[in-house]
Amino acid sequence: MAIWLNSDSKVIVQGMTGSEGMKHTTRMLASGTDIVGGVNPRKAGQVVDFPGDVQVPVFGTVGEAMEATGANVSVVFVPPAFAKDAVIEAIDAGIPLLVIITEGIAVRDSAEFYNYSKGKSTRIIGPNCPGLISPGKSNAGIIPADISGPGRIGLVSKSGTLTYQMMYELRDFGFSTAVGIGGDPIIGTTHIDCLEAFQNDPETDAIVMIGEIGGDAEERAAAYIKEHVTKPVVGYVAGFTAPEGKTMGHAGAIVSGSAGTAQAKKEALEAAGVKVGKTPSETARLMREIMESMA
Amino acid sequence: MDLFEYQARDVFEKHGVPVLAGEVATTPEQAREAAERIGAASGGVTVVKAQVKTGGRGKAGGVKVAKTPEEAEAAARQILGMDIKGHTVHKVMVAQGAQIAEEYYFSILLDRANRSYLAMCSKEGGMEIEQLAEERPEALAKIEVDPNVGIDDAKAQEIVDAAGFDAETGAAIVPVLKSLWTVYHDEDATLVEVNPLVKTQSGDIVALDGKVSLDANAAFRQPHHAELEDVDASDPLEAAAKEKDLNYVKLDGNVGVIGNGAGLMMSTLDVVAYAGEQYGSSPANFLDIGGGASAEVMANGLHIILSDPQVKSVFVNVFGGITACDAVANGIVGALQKLGDEEDRPLVVRLDGNNVEEGRRILAEFNHPLVTIEETMDGAAAKAAELAAAK
Repeated sequence: MAIWLNSDSKVIVQGMTGSEGMKHTTRMLASGTDIVGGVNPRKAGQVVDFPGDVQVPVFGTVGEAMEATGANVSVVFVPPAFAKDAVIEAIDAGIPLLVIITEGIAVRDSAEFYNYSKGKSTRIIGPNCPGLISPGKSNAGIIPADISGPGRIGLVSKSGTLTYQMMYELRDFGFSTAVGIGGDPIIGTTHIDCLEAFQNDPETDAIVMIGEIGGDAEERAAAYIKEHVTKPVVGYVAGFTAPEGKTMGHAGAIVSGSAGTAQAKKEALEAAGVKVGKTPSETARLMREIMESMA
Repeated sequence: MDLFEYQARDVFEKHGVPVLAGEVATTPEQAREAAERIGAASGGVTVVKAQVKTGGRGKAGGVKVAKTPEEAEAAARQILGMDIKGHTVHKVMVAQGAQIAEEYYFSILLDRANRSYLAMCSKEGGMEIEQLAEERPEALAKIEVDPNVGIDDAKAQEIVDAAGFDAETGAAIVPVLKSLWTVYHDEDATLVEVNPLVKTQSGDIVALDGKVSLDANAAFRQPHHAELEDVDASDPLEAAAKEKDLNYVKLDGNVGVIGNGAGLMMSTLDVVAYAGEQYGSSPANFLDIGGGASAEVMANGLHIILSDPQVKSVFVNVFGGITACDAVANGIVGALQKLGDEEDRPLVVRLDGNNVEEGRRILAEFNHPLVTIEETMDGAAAKAAELAAAK
């Protein structure tokens, strides 16, 4: 099971032949992901060699790659200026899961392709995200596969490195799926989408939710948890000390006036019955207690 | 990036939004000359407006009406150098006077919650919009705008109808809203706000004051946006970091903070702030060296942080996901070697993840008196906060 990504996932990589694409395709292959193709219209028909005597064919379009290989996941490493076209192409081809790693996509492009995807069959994760991993099954993106093995915790986070940190702290329990949803103002998959999927996943017992300043996604997630999530949820919010009006690394991480503060998010989560850690380590301890009490 | 009012005015004009004549001035003399040129069209009357990126300038005395060029000069002399909510006024805009009949409000913004755009419009402009939204929410129309369609005639009509304009005024506003949409779309804005949008006594619709925020990620197709940047106001360390492609934000404290990943860095600031409570220490900056950072990037980052005289200790917090801890360790070694004996501020280092054993081995072998290695993030933050207070 896990969510969205499992051992049956067949993955293609848009932008595979670029430097980031090559580096991370190599890593995804090493972690056991079934990479069935790359997409690059200028290199269609070529075959790319990867370590371990693996050959991956390059297709001209996402549609051709899907038809030839049965691919159902695409990971996008295409540079920001060309990302929107790549995403639209994948949506038109009907790829079920589209993971956009690219950082620095203009928000207008994200707004346009996200709204284009509405009512169609593609789930978008990202952009500006590390992707998702179902340890031991498949890895679509750039989350290092050696941090943690499989287990029964589900994790959703806006931040890549906090995902890694949390997986590391809880590696003795392991994860069903860890999803990095990205730190941009407009993202395809939200905390709520992940909470819903984890709630419905029989292989997930408890959920860690990591948020950060900016927007009100955490507040809305808190309301959703109160209504719909019966599995235990532990939360963490980064950015209590962030000054107003400054973008803190992620394009979406900004406190505007009194909106988007970490304090408001923490309070909303606590009001929904979520235990919120003060630091990543304390958050991991809270989850540890829950997992131990369930064992 | 937020624009000054005069820059917003220029951008509006470029896309056909009706605005009044206006010129920016940095000295009282320039303001007088501008008033001579501009006042001719409005019976000599001009308005001298402080250019600051904050609200409430009217109440602070940053907007003055001048009947003659001499009065404009005197007004500029008073306003330039004024402090408005911590912003020093370096520029004024001299604008043509207007005979205002009514004041409205209009904005287009990014609606993160709905992952779409939102247009807001009200017949009651002029006041702070947050105040209006709170006190009289029924007076503020909110209409979703599909990013792939934008504000066409039908959408503009829907907006003015929802705001309750009469047919004649609505018809006059519709083309202005379409032009403001062009500004939002063509300039890759994330906010376009006009407050007030006015009807003059002669019945014309004019954007009297504008606020525009631009998306930095769109710079690749908006090369002219670089010219709109307020270079004077940027912190010199922030500017130096930007040149090295580092994500740096200057804060007020005494513990320099550097590491990888925006989320982990925000979290690190918080942990330092908690740990620092008992010592009176707090974070001096945010610095994200990014994923897969090399030794050189680490060294550049440390150099920026140590250029800040307020920094009394440094906390290096790295979780090696893609970044390799040995590269981070080599960066620290390289930076300290370059700094030599002159540097006396302590570094607390916490490394975990990819190649951590090798990273810790490199630092242990280097055995520098300024470097302390800590096992955990919380422990390292406490140590760095304590050392900063002791300096």
